[in-house]
Amino acid sequence: MSDTAEAIVFDKVGKTFDNGRVKAVADVSLHIAAGEFVAIVGGSGSGKTTLLRLANRLLDADSGHVRISGRSVQQSDPIALRRSIGYVFQSAGLFPHMTAAGNIGITPRLLGQPAADIAVRVDELLTLVRLAPPENYRDRYPHELSGGERQRVGVARALAARPRIVLMDEPFGALDPLTRDALGDDYLRLHRDLGLTTIMITHDMTEAMLLANRIAVMREGRLLGQGTPQELGRSDNLYIKELLNTPRKQAARLQAVLTDRSA
Amino acid sequence: MFSDPRWSEALSRLPDYLGSHVRVSMTALALGLAISLPLALLAYRRPVLRGFLLGITSIVQTVPGLALLALFYPLLLALSALTASWLGVGFSAFGFLPSVLALALYSMLPVARNTITGLREIDPALTEAAQGVGMTPRQSLTMVELPLALPVIMAGIRTAAVWVIGTATLSTPIGQTSLGNYIFAGLQTQNWVFVLFGCAAAALLALAVDQLLALVENGLRLRLRARIMAGLVGLAALLLATLTPSLSQSRASHVIGAKTFTEQYVLASLIGQRLEAAGLTSTLREGLGSNVIFEALAKNDIDVYVDYSGTLWANQLKRTDVKPRGELFDELKAALASRWSIKTLGALGFDNAYALVMPRKRAEELGIRSAADLAARAGTMSIAGDYEFFSRPEWTALRTAYNLNFRQQRQMQPDFMYAAVASGEVDVIAGYTSDGLIARYDLVVLDDPKRAIPPYDAIVLISPKRAEDKALRDALLPLIGKIDVSAMREANLRAGNGETPSAVAKWLWDHIQRR
Repeated sequence: MSDTAEAIVFDKVGKTFDNGRVKAVADVSLHIAAGEFVAIVGGSGSGKTTLLRLANRLLDADSGHVRISGRSVQQSDPIALRRSIGYVFQSAGLFPHMTAAGNIGITPRLLGQPAADIAVRVDELLTLVRLAPPENYRDRYPHELSGGERQRVGVARALAARPRIVLMDEPFGALDPLTRDALGDDYLRLHRDLGLTTIMITHDMTEAMLLANRIAVMREGRLLGQGTPQELGRSDNLYIKELLNTPRKQAARLQAVLTDRSA
Repeated sequence: MFSDPRWSEALSRLPDYLGSHVRVSMTALALGLAISLPLALLAYRRPVLRGFLLGITSIVQTVPGLALLALFYPLLLALSALTASWLGVGFSAFGFLPSVLALALYSMLPVARNTITGLREIDPALTEAAQGVGMTPRQSLTMVELPLALPVIMAGIRTAAVWVIGTATLSTPIGQTSLGNYIFAGLQTQNWVFVLFGCAAAALLALAVDQLLALVENGLRLRLRARIMAGLVGLAALLLATLTPSLSQSRASHVIGAKTFTEQYVLASLIGQRLEAAGLTSTLREGLGSNVIFEALAKNDIDVYVDYSGTLWANQLKRTDVKPRGELFDELKAALASRWSIKTLGALGFDNAYALVMPRKRAEELGIRSAADLAARAGTMSIAGDYEFFSRPEWTALRTAYNLNFRQQRQMQPDFMYAAVASGEVDVIAGYTSDGLIARYDLVVLDDPKRAIPPYDAIVLISPKRAEDKALRDALLPLIGKIDVSAMREANLRAGNGETPSAVAKWLWDHIQRR
């Protein structure tokens, strides 16, 4: 797959709720190349989750087009489409009545793959997301795992059917900072090693800048700007400037606190 | 305490009663599940349908169990007449079928409500996740939603099972043998051993089924196949164990009916003993409602029972006039034969009429001898009658004939009535002339000079199918004209004192033979 091929295209898409009273997404165009890691940043109610759901048809757009690998999603069977795209849910969204193995193997199972193959794949994935050795984890139920372990299982589940594209909805939001950092790094490695195309939703600009090669900023359903962190830095949009300044100010204050103490 | 012969008598009936009880309640539960589960699945995402389903099942639930069961009998009777005229095949509206339908209806609310609640309480994030990993709506339902709702659904099924098993005891009056036979018979014959036995058996059965279902639920939740199997095998074993003995018993040739009071239990027992002596086999259907028993005979669901001329005159012939004893009997016999093809074998020799009864002492003090003397004092007095008396034409006739307006009317269990009037809790009761308690409590039967109440001769009726059954007729003819009112009072008193109906029936037969 060439780097220039467009994996995901949002072309002037719009989505409203409540019979048009609430405009969740308005006229958003975003082109994502294969292999890219794009973060969509915005506050709550900015429409970022809605935009993500338009990609695997958890929602259908009212206007505009969404294309996956050049093909309009409207022409794809939604079930087959979702099975071909990995999806990582906020706070994992694991099925509480299934073990880690059951959760990870669910999409292959839905695709009718043989149980023996699934078992091998599950162990492979557990190792991949650093839940090793697999025999310590595969038979545990979600409530028997820590928050970070649950989210690792969530990532493994998204990768189980070997998708080319992974959609992540605030995947690390509910984790403590250390786990969050480790998980982000581990995922970035997987993204590169497996040659994935990833869209990650987050409200945390620092996380977005550390992980993504491109950042799209949304507010009130609209795309305010997009680009590499450097490109965004040149934006004259006040909201974007504010978003970028916050981590910078925090870093500076942190620096000041640390030097003060050591002095 | 367990040396009481009534315990062994109760125990000997257990296989039949328990078997019938298990079969009727399990069939009803299975039917209720088969209807309410799919309906709940259809309705849980549709607000209008959901409201409708829960509304209907809640309304059904507010109908008292006894009334619901009683309603299904005439309903099926009408339906059977309809299919008979349209398709040429009728079905029995007696016993099993109406009980199963009514109980199934009764089981629907807990199952439907819990299924809907269980499915709707699932975290929407999980149904979204199910969609997100690529499940179809059906896969989401079977792989995620139903397994997660299972504990709540099973709780509903367990509630339904306990309700159905409890309510099934009320199916006795519409002809379904159940553990309720102990309770109805026990209440009527003051046989507290039977009442206790019936209640305990029903409670234990409910508990056992509940625990077996809990085992299944546990197994399903923890994915332990062994537990699921143990629970299912237990339920199947319960069904099988109760199926075998009753199958062998159901081959009896004759079915004897009895209404819900002591005298009827004794007479049914007596008929059974006479049949047995003649080499015929029989089963008893006890505790049947007054209208149910007549229809059951006309439809050949039972073969023989004892009814009372005045009751049939008023309820079946809808007559309000009163004729002298002989004329009334002849006219009734002819009408039963022509309209229902029912054969009247003859009168037993005593009459069990409604009569106004009060304590002898009080009657003498007040100078009351007849119903006519009561009119002036009725306004300060209270009267008690059985559950049907105040809606019967006899009460209307009595009230208009003597202009009786009592201060208060109360409905009572017949056997408690006599004690109530003896203790002064009520002033007058509508008792039965053949009741043994009249002598025991020193009560007096007030005269009916205007003959407002028709004669109530006890008569033996035979179903259309058995009208020409010579063996049956020969076995019962020795009873005709042989039981006078004093013999019946004595028999009723004995039965009321705790002797079993069959023991009393034996005494009554010996008593008749001696004269």
